[in-house]
Amino acid sequence: MSRSARRFGIVVLALLAIGVIALMMSMRARPPASGMAPVAGLPQPAAEVLARGAYLALAGNCAGCHTARGGAPYGGGRPIATPFGTVYTSNLTADIETGLGAWSADDFWRAMHEGRSRDGRALTPAFPYTEYTRITRADADAIHAWLRSLPPVRAPNRPNGLRFPWNQPLMTELWRLVYFRPASFVPDGARDAAFNRGAYLVEVLGHCGACHTARDSLGGPDGVAFAGAELAQLGWYAASLLSDSEAAVGRWTPDETVEWLATGINRHAIAAGPMAAVVTGSLQHLERDDLQSMAVYLQSMARPDSGGPRVRGLGRKLVLPSAGDPMLTGGERLYAKHCAECHGERGELAEPGYPPLAGNRLFAMHSPVNAIRAVLHGGFAPATNAKPRPYGMPPFGPQLDDREIAAIVSWLRNTWGQRGTRVEARQVNALRSVPVDDSPGPVSQ
Amino acid sequence: MVPCALLLIALPALALERPGPGTALSADELSRRFSACTSCHGPQGRASPEGYLPRIAGKPAGYLFNQLRHFRDGRRAVPVMTWMVDRLPDAYLLEMAQYFAAQHPPYPRPQTVTLDAAARERGRLLVMTGDASRSLPACTACHGNAMLGAQPAIPGLLGLPQDHLNAQLGAWREGVRNAVAPDCMATIAKRLAPQDIAAITGWLASQPVPAGARAAAALPAEMPLECGGLAP
Repeated sequence: MSRSARRFGIVVLALLAIGVIALMMSMRARPPASGMAPVAGLPQPAAEVLARGAYLALAGNCAGCHTARGGAPYGGGRPIATPFGTVYTSNLTADIETGLGAWSADDFWRAMHEGRSRDGRALTPAFPYTEYTRITRADADAIHAWLRSLPPVRAPNRPNGLRFPWNQPLMTELWRLVYFRPASFVPDGARDAAFNRGAYLVEVLGHCGACHTARDSLGGPDGVAFAGAELAQLGWYAASLLSDSEAAVGRWTPDETVEWLATGINRHAIAAGPMAAVVTGSLQHLERDDLQSMAVYLQSMARPDSGGPRVRGLGRKLVLPSAGDPMLTGGERLYAKHCAECHGERGELAEPGYPPLAGNRLFAMHSPVNAIRAVLHGGFAPATNAKPRPYGMPPFGPQLDDREIAAIVSWLRNTWGQRGTRVEARQVNALRSVPVDDSPGPVSQ
Repeated sequence: MVPCALLLIALPALALERPGPGTALSADELSRRFSACTSCHGPQGRASPEGYLPRIAGKPAGYLFNQLRHFRDGRRAVPVMTWMVDRLPDAYLLEMAQYFAAQHPPYPRPQTVTLDAAARERGRLLVMTGDASRSLPACTACHGNAMLGAQPAIPGLLGLPQDHLNAQLGAWREGVRNAVAPDCMATIAKRLAPQDIAAITGWLASQPVPAGARAAAALPAEMPLECGGLAP
């Protein structure tokens, strides 16, 4: 019996032992905070409240999940793949029957702060109320007011596709007993306003931990917060926000961090995949003051000597390839043939639109997944208002086989001063079968 | 050396282009941004019928722009294309479309298609005259007598691999390729029998393209069906 299976068993038994209590709790009637009647005759919120709500919704990237490909903004229906099945996001527009049109500010607050729907049902934690719980009441009210000002879109919510037992309400209640307590944001009195604003934006509204903190086999946070996590369903790695060899900003100037947050591109690194979506959908719209605050907080998280994220399997030694490893020499040859024309023979070439490969932390990460994806699928850098015409990299998946891509990435992880584990062909192969479109529209489903 | 060759060929064409948003970029600056496109669709978008992927060079910009938005917004199910253009803004997709629309590299010789004489004639007839008994208009009625499309948004049908043409008609029949409503090609594709499709695509794929041939400058005066997405 594997370690994780035994652990799973222990947790399930523990959960069952407290199940009765949870059942009683969940059975307790929880009428909507506002009663069942639609809210009517409320005074029109002030324009500045709506503007603030719109801004906060961007900071929380609500539309990033609550908009289907090609669908109405905030109309929901986007599939979110989880290890427990697919969840479809809900309609946040002001439609009375299918959206939030009947929700009062109290109802919305309860969803954000307590993770419960209007009818009292526990929401699936794919909705990151574990982070949003610490939102301020004023911010929740502003977002609510703004969402209610959106044109109603009639789009019935699609039932989630979670597998048994995850589709059982009791399971969600049990999960909450273990992993969730409603909480409030408490500013650190020893730190200045920028630090605290940054902490609020990173940890609460930006819910960065939803991806950058690893999860255990039950989907709860695991290990050190923000230490990096494999997003297996998406085929991406959310790099560590603590380690300077990954996504921490300890070696960047504050301006470089702000530039990266606002555009996904600076002279060191480039955002790809889900992070590119966060940049285009959320971060590029934030005010400079807020981005500077985030930079302050991110800077404070950086641990120069943390040496990358925790590696699963204690005592397992990382085997680094020797300099004469034929895979590395093969990778060097392939790089010269396929990559050097754009990136330079020593990885030195860069455009205002992309950073040099030499010293690029894409190859210093514990996980090679993002580097493999870059070679396999290429793609465009994020397009933002500040940098609206990004460079696109060709996909090499159609031209190179798994061994060739593994060799190139292995070599890039072991040249120009970097040392990293070898990448094996099977790792490349596994990523070929992960859908490149993580949010297929209606015609693809 | 591809970018240099591109520059020489593309500059005169691009000089005629409307300037894009913000600062205009040179053809070379654009081509270096679009190497993600040309690595599969060929230098300047000239993919030949030897492969599967379509030539995009010289197709009307409105057509290319529509397709890029269809991929991005999920109306066409081609995951790799959706991945490429995901979240790119309309203005940039339009620039991309205009760039490739302005490329006119020569067409290679057409594919050798195995098609018996009867099927070849059936294909030619359907393309040139349609079949009124089944309400099938001639392909040429919209795609132009030269079958190289019409400005601003009807695509050419020549210089494409037969497999690609087959796949498009199949995708329309199955609803995994969609255009802006009313989707006239979906209507037409659903009226075609499988043997019609093979005859039409086989005939189209075996037609040579005369040097210097271009898309028609304007839509036909009268369209046989109403089609969405044709506004400039």
